[in-house]
Order: sequence, then C-alpha cells, then structure tokens
Amino acid sequence: MIRIERRLEQPRWLAVAVPVGSLVAAFVVMTIVLLVTHHAPLHTFWRLIVTGFGSTFALNSTFVAATPLIFTGLCASVAFRMNLFNIGGEGQLYMGAILGAAAGIALGNHSGWLSVPAMIAAGLVGGAAFALIPGVLRAYLSTNEIIVSLMLNYVAALVIDYLIFDSLSYWRDTSTPSAKVFPQGKVLPDAATWPVLHVGGLELPLGLLLGLAVAVLVWVLYSRTKFGFEVRVIGDSPRAATYAGMRTRRKILAVMALSGAIAGLGGASQDGDFRHTLDPRGLTAAGYGYAGIVIAALARYNPFAVCLVAFLLGGLQNAGYALQGADFPSGLVGVLQGLILFCVLGGELLMRYRITLDRRSRSAEPAT
Amino acid sequence: MAAAVELRNITKRFPGVVANDGVDFEAAEGEVHALLGENGAGKSTLSNILTGLYHPDDGQIFLYGKPVAFSAPREALDAGIGMVHQHFRLVPPFTVAENVILGDHRGEGKRFLVHPRHIERRVAELGERYRIAVDPRARIWQLSLGEQQRVEILKALYREAKILILDEPTAVLTPQEADSLFETVRVMADEGRTVIFISHKLHEVKAVSDRVTILRDGKTIATVDTASATPRSLASLMVGRDVQAVERVAREFGTGDPVLDVVDLRATGDRGDEALRGVTLTLCGGEIVGIAGVAGNGQRELAETITGMRAPTAGRVSVGGRPLRGGDAREAIAAGVAHVPEDRLHTGVAPSLSIASNLVLKSYRGGRVARGPLLRLRAIREHAVALIRRYDVRGGGPEVPARQLSGGNLQKVVLAREFDGAPRVLVVASPTRGLDVSAIETVHRYIRQAAGGGVGVLLISEDLDEIQALADRIAVMYEGSIVAEFEAGTATVEEIGLLMAGGARE
Repeated sequence: MIRIERRLEQPRWLAVAVPVGSLVAAFVVMTIVLLVTHHAPLHTFWRLIVTGFGSTFALNSTFVAATPLIFTGLCASVAFRMNLFNIGGEGQLYMGAILGAAAGIALGNHSGWLSVPAMIAAGLVGGAAFALIPGVLRAYLSTNEIIVSLMLNYVAALVIDYLIFDSLSYWRDTSTPSAKVFPQGKVLPDAATWPVLHVGGLELPLGLLLGLAVAVLVWVLYSRTKFGFEVRVIGDSPRAATYAGMRTRRKILAVMALSGAIAGLGGASQDGDFRHTLDPRGLTAAGYGYAGIVIAALARYNPFAVCLVAFLLGGLQNAGYALQGADFPSGLVGVLQGLILFCVLGGELLMRYRITLDRRSRSAEPAT
Repeated sequence: MAAAVELRNITKRFPGVVANDGVDFEAAEGEVHALLGENGAGKSTLSNILTGLYHPDDGQIFLYGKPVAFSAPREALDAGIGMVHQHFRLVPPFTVAENVILGDHRGEGKRFLVHPRHIERRVAELGERYRIAVDPRARIWQLSLGEQQRVEILKALYREAKILILDEPTAVLTPQEADSLFETVRVMADEGRTVIFISHKLHEVKAVSDRVTILRDGKTIATVDTASATPRSLASLMVGRDVQAVERVAREFGTGDPVLDVVDLRATGDRGDEALRGVTLTLCGGEIVGIAGVAGNGQRELAETITGMRAPTAGRVSVGGRPLRGGDAREAIAAGVAHVPEDRLHTGVAPSLSIASNLVLKSYRGGRVARGPLLRLRAIREHAVALIRRYDVRGGGPEVPARQLSGGNLQKVVLAREFDGAPRVLVVASPTRGLDVSAIETVHRYIRQAAGGGVGVLLISEDLDEIQALADRIAVMYEGSIVAEFEAGTATVEEIGLLMAGGARE
C-alpha cells in the first residue's frame, strides 16, 4: 500500500532535487505527447530553448515578456510573506497602467524628462490606492482580502474596458474618424517613451531594470529592516506579533500598499516601455497578475528567485510564440507550457510530503 | 490468563530521535496500569501506536493473546481500544449525543437517519452507571473541561472499549473532579476493563493504579506494583537520579513597594462573554502572587489584559503607580511588564523564526540591535549567543527555528528574553505545563531568582503544587473574579480546591 506522509524535516538537497526532477518529469511527459502527435521531441526541445534563450533577439523578446512578470511576481510575494493573500495584482496593474498613461498624456512633450518619473509615480500611486481597498477592509473589518482583491480584478478590467470602448474618456483616441469607429487608446507622446539600456546587442527596458531594483529593495526591506522583521513575525504568528506589541493593522495597510504599488509600476511600464497606449485588450488577455501568483509560489516568495522564475517563464512564453506555426498548432504550445507548470507545481508536494510504501508485511513477521 | 494488552519490543523512530526503543508493556484485564514518564519519554508515541495512529518500525502488539497490526485508528477502535486525549477530540457546536456517535461506523452512527432519543437514553444510562453523568442534549461548548472529559470517556464506553487510555486526564480538573474521575476509573476496572493511565504526577499514580510502568528516553525502565512503590522511588526511576519532590522553598524576600495595581478590571472573552468581572489585585516588588483556578475562569484574560494584549472594558491597570491606557502590549512592555504566555509556541515565539529573532522579539525596536530602520544582524546574533549560554538553551544555535526546540528549551528562550528586558512585573501563565521534572526545576529556579531580584511575579497556574511551592500569597479565581486571597500555607489543597470549584470558604 502506498501512503503519503507529511515530512517532518525538509532536507536541504530536496530544494534542488525536486525542481530538477520536476523538470525532467515534464520533459518525459512532453516527449510522449510530442511522439503521439508526430513531432520530433529533441528537435522541438532544442527549438524551445533556442527561441527562448538562444540568441540576442530571443533574449530581448524574453526580457519583454519577463518584465511584467517580475512586477506581479514581486507584488504577490511581498504580500504572501505576511500571509496576506493579495490576489489583486491583475487589477492593481491595470490601475497603474491607467494612471501611468494619464500622466504620460497630460504632460505631453513639453515637460521633457519629467514625463518618465511622473508616469512611474502615477503607476505606483494607482496600484497602491487600489490595493488599499482590500487592505483597509482587512485591517479594520477583518474582511477576507482574497475575495475582495480577486473581485476587484473584475472591477478593474471593466473600468479599463469602459475607458476605451464604452466612453469618450481622456484616454481614448478620438482624433480621426476611424478611431471613433474602432476604439483605441491615445498614442502616448514621445516624451512618455521609456528609455532602453543597450548592452552589446541586448536591449534592457527601463521597466526590467526597475523590476530588478525593486527586487533588491524588497530583499533588503524584508531581511535587514525592523519593518521586514515585523512582517515576518506577523506572517508566522499574528498572536506572537500582538504579544510583542507590533502594530498589525498598520503593517497590513503598508504591505498591501507596497504590494499594489509594485504591480502598478508594472502597469506603468507596460504603457511606457512596450505598448505606448492604454491597451485594455492586450493587458486583460495577458493575465500578468495571475501568472505572478504562480511565479511567487514557485520562487517561495524570494525576490531574486522571482526574477529568475519570471525570466524562465517569459522565455517559455516567448518561445511558444516562435514555435507555433503551420506544423505546430498553438494549442500544443499551450500543452507544453502547461505541462512544465503542472510538473513544477506538483513537485512542490514532494517538498512537504513523502510517499512511502507500507511495510506492514515486514513488521507482522513473528519476532524471534 | 493472557494479558489484555501486550506490547513487545516496540520501536518507533522519527527523524533524529528514537521515540520508542524496544519498549515492552503489558496490562491485565481489570487492571489500572499507570504509564509514568517525563515529557519526551515516549508515552504519547506508545499510546499513538496502540491506537493505530502510528505504525511501529519494529515489534508486535498482542490483544488478549492474539497478534494484531493496525493500519488505521479505526481498526484499533474496532478492536476495543479507546483513548481520551489530553486535548479533546470534540466538536463544540454539536450535542453530547452527537459527539458520542461521531465516527462510530458500526452502531447507531452508521445509519443515515439517526435517532437522537435512543442515543441520548444510552448515553444517560452509561453516565449513571459510571458516575459521569452529563446532559446528553447539552452542546459541548456549554460544558466545562471536566464535563467534556466525561463526554470523551462516554464516547469510548459507548463503543464498548475494553481498553481505555487516559492521557494526563487530571491536567484540567480540580482536585475534587480528579477524585471523582478516579472512582470512575475504579468502576471500569472492576468490570474487567483495562485502564492505561498516562501521567507524570506521582501522587495520582499512587492513588489510582495497580501497577506502574516507567518509561525513560524511549525505553521501559521498570514495571512495579504500586503498593510497593513510594513517590520518591517512582520519581528517581522516572528521572534516572534522585530528585527532590516539589517542595516549598523558604525564600528570603523583603517585599518592596507595590509595582502592579489592578483595580476593578473587567474584560470580554473571545466568545463575547464577560470573562473578567471586576478583578482587584496588588502586587509588590519581590513578591510572588499565585492565581489558582480551573482553566477557563478568566485567568488567561487576566494575563492578557494586564499585559496589554486585550483591551479592558472597565477598570485600571497601573505599573509603578502610572496607569496604562490598556489594550496596547507595546505600552505595557515599555512600562516594564514581562509576560510568559500560556501558549509558548504560538504566542511566546514566532515558531518558524530563528531563536535569535525570537530573542529580540520585543527589543528589536531600539537599543543595541537596531540602527534607524535597519537591524544589526551581528548584534542580534551575539545577543542570542550570550543568552543561549546564560540560560543553557539546548537543541540549537541562534539560527535554528524556535519550533524545533523541546518545550523546556523553548520556555528557556521565552524566559531569557523576558528577563533580559529588566522587567518590574512578570506575568507567568502555566510556565511548566507539559515540561519534565528537570525543566520544571529550572523554570521554578528562574522565577524565584526574578522575585529575589525585586520583580513582582504574578504566577497563574492550574497546578496547585506549583502555586503552593512558589507563591507567597495565593488568590483563587472563579468565574472571572477573585473569590479568596490568603497567605501561602494558611489553606490546605482541599480548601483551595473547593474554592476553585466555586464553593465558599468558611
């Protein structure tokens, strides 16, 4: 009989063995899927790696895909560390994108370099303010932040749709007759285009650099400051925190605001770095916020691991686009991506539980 | 005649420890057999093996001469083994009768539609016969802990348990309730049932059992006839060396000025009930005041309200003459109120954080361990190393998570931190619950030292022996008020027990 038991200890080697084993398992299952669908497995894997990470062009595309994931991954891990389940990264990112775009449009081309910092600030404020709704409700009324933040994602999606498709809002382009018939956002002025750092052939968007900087800041904040110490205590045992005289409510508000601000910055980066307009269709289809939750879980809330996982997942996504074509349906790409996630998340189970064979038969032997 | 239960050479390993190392145990029909041992001696592991919760790595179990192997607790239940756990397995919103049939898959509980009348009648009958009557229609949350324990026993009897394991059953009882439990135990044994009585209290073992098996470090040390043993001999078998029974140590204390003044304190409990109903109390520097009472009579709320974890609804707490605003632990800590909470694992420490972090749980805000918003990690580490050495915390260095420590060492971490804050008032709640004899000695020594150094100590404990041994003055709490207060040594255990149960003192 097979039994699943909770692990009493987590040996250190498991932290390496489990992810590696999970990836191997994923590739084994993928091989089967590819053989069944008459594709050459090794060739496909090779293309997956090359188109994701194998060239300057591939890496540049992967940076584009990874940038928003770093923000939403950090957004989730910052809050989850305190057992505060902010599922609202998605909506907070939209709000950052809305305010970021507004700041970019409002400042036009006249304010020169001021546009970019203004957009950054607007994105931070938009995300933080939106995250404070579940934060305040949780801190003062003990409302479940999971449900409130999740529901607010739908609110934010409807708001961003409304601004472009159902109204003549500030964000909507109404300058030409065709734009009135086919709704789209105003194109941001040139001053609102975020700079790109060129290193060799690599193009590092400002958003990516900001994301990495935020990861460092989060790490310092959580491992080196009194604030981070309090967050860790509250996350581990709220009663111990109350006992030690920590102000739990304030911390809930601060952490929710921080978490939302990071997602909001990711929204502003979408405007300034990549889309150059408020793009409801693109943002809602991408689902960065939800991917961020998975990334945070895989990274075990470690900010540097979030960056790494976001980069890998971004590459996988990017390779998926390159892989699909006439001989390779996009559905199959989705299957491959899903398999990797499934195996890696499934492997998490092995970290906390172990599977043993029941040795009852042996102990039932007569004693001598 | 074959023994009712026989365990041969039982071995059970957990990562890093051998909880049971070739244990032999045997109990006859109609016998009350005590299982005596310190915490960590392997009593709980052994009973978990007998009730099918764990599988032994090695060894065999015989019931009435037949070998058995349980792969699930249900199989043990079906074989007639019942257990009353220290922490009850009851569903608070359900009635007594409903709890009794819960999980019973053979009799009444198997039916899709249950007939409450029938069960209630049966429960009432059993209650009468064993002198543990409880109203079968009462809901569990309405019952006292003593009554809840009766429900657990009824549950086992209803399932016709022939072998009943009681795990430290008197921990939640007044002396009178304990006496009546002993009578019930005798009735069950006289009917031919086997009762395994787990305890580390020597006088109980003497009072109730026929034979005693002593476990130490996972091994069977001896099985002796109770009649031929003395508490002293049992204690030395249990600890492995000679120990002094807990005795009152005369302490030289010069009582100082009042350090804590509690006036007409009222507070609401977690269930919205009035848990504190006007408590008035004065504590002087260098004095130990014991608060006796059965659990759930407002002691926890009293500790929490004094230490700022719970807001009072009325009344006042002053430390050194200065009134506190109340409901703010930070304010109380700053005023010099140290607190050793009842639940040391989830309140006293953040269990997943390191020992070093837990040692600065209250002092991280300033002083040597922080500079501006930043923590000084090296200072925190050095602080931890020094305290670990001074308080002899064993089982891990500064980086080890607190939850990996044993109960006694965890309590040392809490005490080290609380004493390190140079307190004026120390509120200690059940400081030795679940600790073994040598850890108890250590904790008592630290508490005496604190009082000797001029700290006012409020000792809240359900263990009357502990209060008798330490306190200079004893106050008895009943239903949220202090019903009596007297100098230590002026009342007998029986008198205190009566007061704890709500009886008036003549």
